[in-house]
Amino acid sequence: MATEVHVGRRMARKEDRPLVTGTGRFVADIRPVGTVDVAFGRSPVAHARIEAIGTEAATAMDGVVGVYTAPDIQGQVQPFTLFVDQEHTPPSLDQSIHPVIRPCDMDVLALTRVRYVGQPVVAIVAESRYLAEDAAELVDIDYEELPVLTDPEAAIAPGAPLLHEQVPGNVQASFDVDLGAVDAVFAEAEHTASFRFLVPRVAGSPIETRGVLAVHDPVQEELTVWSSTQTPYMVRTRIAEMLGLAEQQVRVIAPDVGGGFGPKVQVYPEEILVAHLSMRLGRPVCWIEDRNEHLVATGQSRDQVHTVEVAYRGDGTITGLRDRFLLDCGAFNPFSITCAYNTAAHLRGLYRVPAYRIRGECVLTNKTPNVPYRGAGRPEATFVMDRVVDVVARRLGLDPAEVIGRNLLTVAEMPCDRGMPYRDGAPIVYDCGDVPASFDRLLRQVGYAEHRSATREVQDGHVRRGIGFATYVEGTGKGPHEGARALLDSRGDIIVLAGCTPHGQSHETAFSQVAADALGVSPEQITFRAGDTALVPYGVGTFASRSAVTAGTAVAVAGGRLRQRILAVAGELLEAAPDDLEFQDSTVHVQGDVTSSVTLHQIAAAAAPGPAARLPAGMDHGMDESYYFVPPTVTFASGLMAAVVDVDTETGVIDVRKIVLVHDSGRLINPMVVEGQIHGGVAQGVGTALYERLVYDDTGQPLTTTFMDYLLPTSMEVPKVEQIHVETRSDRNPLGVKGVGEAGTISPPPAIVNAVVDALAPLSVEFSELPLTPEVVLDAVLAARSGRTGGQR
Amino acid sequence: MKPPRFRYFAADSTAHAVELLGEYGDEAKLLAGGQSVVPLLNFRLVAPAVLIDINRITELDHVRVDGITTRVGALVRQRTIERDQELRRRGPMLTETVGLIGHVAIRNRGTVGGALAHADPAGEWPALGLLLGACFRIVGPRGRRTVPVDEFFRGFLTTAIEPDELLEEVELRLPSPGAGHAFVEVARRHGDFALVGVGAVVELDSRCRIAHIAIALIGVASTAVRAGDAERVLRGELPSTELVKSAAEAAAAGLDPVDDIHASGTYRRRIAGVLTRRALYTALARAGWERRDVA
Repeated sequence: MATEVHVGRRMARKEDRPLVTGTGRFVADIRPVGTVDVAFGRSPVAHARIEAIGTEAATAMDGVVGVYTAPDIQGQVQPFTLFVDQEHTPPSLDQSIHPVIRPCDMDVLALTRVRYVGQPVVAIVAESRYLAEDAAELVDIDYEELPVLTDPEAAIAPGAPLLHEQVPGNVQASFDVDLGAVDAVFAEAEHTASFRFLVPRVAGSPIETRGVLAVHDPVQEELTVWSSTQTPYMVRTRIAEMLGLAEQQVRVIAPDVGGGFGPKVQVYPEEILVAHLSMRLGRPVCWIEDRNEHLVATGQSRDQVHTVEVAYRGDGTITGLRDRFLLDCGAFNPFSITCAYNTAAHLRGLYRVPAYRIRGECVLTNKTPNVPYRGAGRPEATFVMDRVVDVVARRLGLDPAEVIGRNLLTVAEMPCDRGMPYRDGAPIVYDCGDVPASFDRLLRQVGYAEHRSATREVQDGHVRRGIGFATYVEGTGKGPHEGARALLDSRGDIIVLAGCTPHGQSHETAFSQVAADALGVSPEQITFRAGDTALVPYGVGTFASRSAVTAGTAVAVAGGRLRQRILAVAGELLEAAPDDLEFQDSTVHVQGDVTSSVTLHQIAAAAAPGPAARLPAGMDHGMDESYYFVPPTVTFASGLMAAVVDVDTETGVIDVRKIVLVHDSGRLINPMVVEGQIHGGVAQGVGTALYERLVYDDTGQPLTTTFMDYLLPTSMEVPKVEQIHVETRSDRNPLGVKGVGEAGTISPPPAIVNAVVDALAPLSVEFSELPLTPEVVLDAVLAARSGRTGGQR
Repeated sequence: MKPPRFRYFAADSTAHAVELLGEYGDEAKLLAGGQSVVPLLNFRLVAPAVLIDINRITELDHVRVDGITTRVGALVRQRTIERDQELRRRGPMLTETVGLIGHVAIRNRGTVGGALAHADPAGEWPALGLLLGACFRIVGPRGRRTVPVDEFFRGFLTTAIEPDELLEEVELRLPSPGAGHAFVEVARRHGDFALVGVGAVVELDSRCRIAHIAIALIGVASTAVRAGDAERVLRGELPSTELVKSAAEAAAAGLDPVDDIHASGTYRRRIAGVLTRRALYTALARAGWERRDVA
């Protein structure tokens, strides 16, 4: 192996130069000659039958290339069915949680019925987007409005109208988890409490909206699609299936992608339709989503309501928990139980909770479909659990830190079998480190002892300071697989290719470090590319905190194999044993004799088939190694967070002063990249805690369709984040790494809410809904001061 | 989010703009900083046949401080006011308050005239107009006229400016050198339109009585409003915490703000009282009042 180790170094990002000099290339930057633009006519109503569509005026407009409705594409474009791995859950999962999953197909363009505002109904192709939007205003659609469901509890009530006839009770999917003697624990409980928690619907909000460009070559019978996606391989599979092509005829490229956060994991109707139209018209076809569209047409997330009971002892030990929750999945549910089961699998988090029963139901309503968003069910779980722990402590008059410590899993309990399967079917076995020790570090770092002994008033008697805690655990590095190739090009340069799809995760930097160590060269020598289905035959994509584990391992193994091949050929050329050789820059030489060397260029030439080939006996031609890593199951990252807040008790305004996080994502490939990932995650967690909520009125009209009404935190709202790294190496992959992409997002909501409760401690307020707005805080303060119960219970 | 087709004219003088307004009137919209009209166009909430760009009219871009009177051309950018050394020296009421508007990028483009003519009920400029006794110089095909602030704001996003007229200049009376001022807000995020904002200007006489008081609130009605009842509580009195509290209650009592997705009317009324009290304390302190009875 290499003498210099690059994994673990704070190496500056290789990908920054084009991005900060304006030479990055996003979908909207690519415009082949002859490109035409699409605007979508989208449903303006939440639920209606389509009686008639008049497209004559739009079609006749100058500059319009074509206007397409569902009948125009029938038979040529198949509808969306559930993703295969959503429809077929692993047998061990079936036996354990008895999932019921109903098919719920989605047309690419609505044929007879629309089920949410923003659903695509008509596609207008024109010589410019301006003209396409002008023509969209001329399309005349007659909607016969139907009863609207916006509340999942109303949607499952007897007699509610059905959104899809084949889905009884509007419950698209459900499952049950039952662990331990739950009823007996509750029957014998010293104390019980019940709660209703609500986590609202939010938007992932990547800075780059979606966009698709498709070019069809009728001679080669090849379709090339550029899409701002996290999953080019899934886009390829879907386009091939739905348009009747072989996957080998479709190349999908995710060029520079300005963030994804989960919503870009879904394959969308627009991607299929733009591809279809490029084939149909014989012209490049482009669609760039605008922000207004994004807030209705791109998948939305969270949106869970939990009914929870907890059993606990007088010392704060939690003995049992029962939960039934609804996930409002909107009008279709492309990801089935993904987020809901993540919630159930992670809800107990780092706490012991020996008896546990949870039922999750995905309920159809007239809203935009629900998709995973950074954390994907875990922020909801953590909000429930860490609020429960805080309330238990406060109702008993105990210090929340003491109650947290009493319920945390200890190092003696690791690895900890949680008695239920993960979504991949394997048993959930935590491979976390010494969690209580991390909690002690957190308490010291945030100055908790000093805080407990100080007055909480920080200004004029109306600003009070509080500290709150939360935890997280996350299964990271989910399969099914990820691939990588390592090769020498014709000049002898080292090229590393992977099936992951970077969109802000610094893969070029981090995987250059991994490949450099595997090969024994410097990261600067590595050219890394990914996000293109032409590079590696099989791939998955980047989401679910998976790429460091899966692609990272594939890169390490493929890189190691290339090193062996290079040394073998070099040995043949130098007439030396491969073990006696070492790398120096772009050459390989005999140890201790730099004059006896060959260049990588010479090695590449010697490996190529032909008369000049010189290979060791029995070795095949070529200098191109591949590896597909199929992880046994996920590996568990974890962490503990403290939030420090100031609360203005006269206005309810919350100022998050600081977030402190002790996290353990295994071995760090590049600490600077990890810190950036966590900081960005915390920003989004602050958004969920205090600002973000997609609001629908009773008729299903979305009211938050601009960034003036949908409140993302800005740099002014995001606090300082102090991070302490703990590195408990994973034994489930050779690098020892765990995923970190979602880590920062999960814990801020309960940490911040618990901190506000702490700041207001003498008033005994409780909160159970997000976001925690100034109005909710002020109402709670006023209610508590007037002797009523403060807050939400 | 692409605007529908429109004709575009770049006016090179006020006279040219007035001529174009005379020709297109109702069909035309003026383009200054574009901070409101461009989003409205892109959302297709407005579809004017003609857009008259006034950004090249240099005669509308001036700040003239003359004793207690300041005249600000309609095309002056918010950021210009914010960074004006003469105004800052003369009393930082304008420079401080303008700093609350949006973000730097917005203030670099947004104009004083645009903010006043748009008359957003949560905008800071209409409140500044009320606090500083603004007079509006308006020009159109029928000539020039001057409208006092009491007659300028007519309702939600509506002013005395006719569709074929142009706001040329606003004249403001800055607080006298001994006066105190404050402008406090609660917004959901930094740079958002305020849920509620309160501005106050106070002058004390030689016996420490309140000789001049002006209070204006934003975000609580269809236009920015003066808090007349609160001012009456204070005028001529010796300041005290009780007096300030009564004034704050009076300011909130007369309000009936509406609900929206960011806050209820009830919340807005509650914090209107809190912010009035805070604005008065700050303004009084700056006017020389020494508060002795702090709780």
